[in-house]
Amino acid sequence: MNLILVLPILIPFTTAILCLFFWKNIKAQRIFHLSGAFLYLIFSFVLFSEVRTNGILVTQVGDWVAPFGITFVGDLFSAIMILINGIIGFATAIYAVGSIDEKRAQYGFYPLLQFLIMGISGAFLTGDIFNLYVWFEVMLMSSFVLIALGGTKPQIEGAIKYVTLNLLSSAFFLTGCGILYGVAGTLNLADLSIKLAELNNPGLVTVIGMLFLVSFGIKAGIFPLFFWLPASYHTPPAAVSAIFGGMMTKVGVYSLIRVYTLLFNHDIGYTHTIILVLASFTMVTGVLGAFAQTEFRRILSFHIVSQIGYMILGLAIFTPLSIAGTIFYIAHNIFAKTNLFFISGVVRSISGSYSLKKLGGLYKPYPMLGILFLISAFALAGIPPLSGFWAKFIVIKAALEVEDLISVAVALFVSLLTLLSMIKIWNDAFWKDKIDSESEEEVNQFKSMSKVKKIFFLSPIVLLALITISIGFFPEFLFSLSRDAAEQLLNPQIYIEAVLGKVK
Amino acid sequence: MEALLAIVIGVLYTAGIYMMLRRSLVKVIFGLVFLGHAANLLIFTLGRITTGKPPFVAAGATSVVEPFADPLPQALILTAIIIGFGVQAFAIILFKKAYHTVGTDDVDKMNSTDRIE
Repeated sequence: MNLILVLPILIPFTTAILCLFFWKNIKAQRIFHLSGAFLYLIFSFVLFSEVRTNGILVTQVGDWVAPFGITFVGDLFSAIMILINGIIGFATAIYAVGSIDEKRAQYGFYPLLQFLIMGISGAFLTGDIFNLYVWFEVMLMSSFVLIALGGTKPQIEGAIKYVTLNLLSSAFFLTGCGILYGVAGTLNLADLSIKLAELNNPGLVTVIGMLFLVSFGIKAGIFPLFFWLPASYHTPPAAVSAIFGGMMTKVGVYSLIRVYTLLFNHDIGYTHTIILVLASFTMVTGVLGAFAQTEFRRILSFHIVSQIGYMILGLAIFTPLSIAGTIFYIAHNIFAKTNLFFISGVVRSISGSYSLKKLGGLYKPYPMLGILFLISAFALAGIPPLSGFWAKFIVIKAALEVEDLISVAVALFVSLLTLLSMIKIWNDAFWKDKIDSESEEEVNQFKSMSKVKKIFFLSPIVLLALITISIGFFPEFLFSLSRDAAEQLLNPQIYIEAVLGKVK
Repeated sequence: MEALLAIVIGVLYTAGIYMMLRRSLVKVIFGLVFLGHAANLLIFTLGRITTGKPPFVAAGATSVVEPFADPLPQALILTAIIIGFGVQAFAIILFKKAYHTVGTDDVDKMNSTDRIE
């Protein structure tokens, strides 16, 4: 058994259990939580470099031969996602120590965050469709509690929508798994890929594919299925919003890419055209929805939706360049988006509000915060030389190569609107004068924070901004990685042979 | 048997979706429960229904004779039932908490964070 593949699940699991043992001792929980996140970061990097040098890693838990045992597979795409999860998990861990109130910490915030990270890692690494369902549930269960923890009215209202829609999506997922097992008699992804091709019944396979599209589409927040997302992501504390907005929706996108490259690649003309249309609608509705909003985090939530559109646009075009663009886009977007949510939390602790109408004049007293915001906001909008420019450039170039001019036009138009909406936040929160400056002193929790707490609060933002800048200035590294990962994804044979051994 | 189960599954899915579209939180919970049952029954039926054919290799034979009962779907359902049980228990507590915090069980009235100022 290859331990490196299982460690990204075992480390958060052990950390969470240790935290549970020290339920009353929050200081000890913080230490475990931070060191667990740091260990995860190290081993996610080890896993990543191992996969990069040796190709796809496979391990069978319990040593039952695939397709009968529980399979964990780390191909380059999973490894990239695990590494990003490590970085975001670490950043969120630091940020949570600086920003989560005592009350939430007492009710198990730290172990829950670790369980969430465990669920996300499991979803990235599993090689079995039913295990993917189980890992989704692990992830969802911790996210349900995280979103409701604190029990304020907005949180409970958000949680209701979040829980209901995600349970519906799980029901569809389970249905899809059941039908897949019924027609193919296996649940191992690699084995399914072969069996579905042998089935020679593209109609039935497409129907199952649509079930998965609905299920993962709800989780990723694509066009007609995204309404739960902007109704719930702005309610929990900023640390939770950040890891939800950064990682959770991308798990949906990851699963979509996984099943639509490995399993449902028989009738590309039909399925991927549907995804293409959905992608354009997702981009446009997301960005227009953001336009009407006046709440910092609701604007960001709608932008998550619109950015998901770019990612599945790359999947829909289905060329090596476009898939590489999608992976690049996911990586860039996770860093930029998480950072924007982090910054919204800092803004809130300074001004006591998320509402743009009540914010203002933050640039003068906190110029560095303004610059950090601009880095992530411009990266999101796609201003060169920041990371978003290259991400959009690759996806749009791929669309141009297949002469899909409508998608190109939509993508360009939406990125312009994204810029407008980022400038709106900048103008309202940082640039304009504050209307009632008297109340400023009372609500400012940031000023009274201890030095150490401030460092915990701000260092993850600086870290993620540095990553965004370095992706922007040195895109070759991430691009060559994405290209290799895309090549693996588009040749399912590599994946199948890695899992099942040489097939005759 | 298959035809009967297929009809039951169809009814469960329909009822589940219908209940989820209702405004009362209690009915939404019933909707979730129905959907879970529908999916479990679907897996059970798709695993082929056989009676009196255990998946044992007979003495002297080298493999099982088809058709035989496939134990895997039952293992899957067991997992799904346990997960569903946990999730539904959480949902019920959450909905109860929502009733106390918001003061209504009407989903349409839970929109205080959705309004645009």
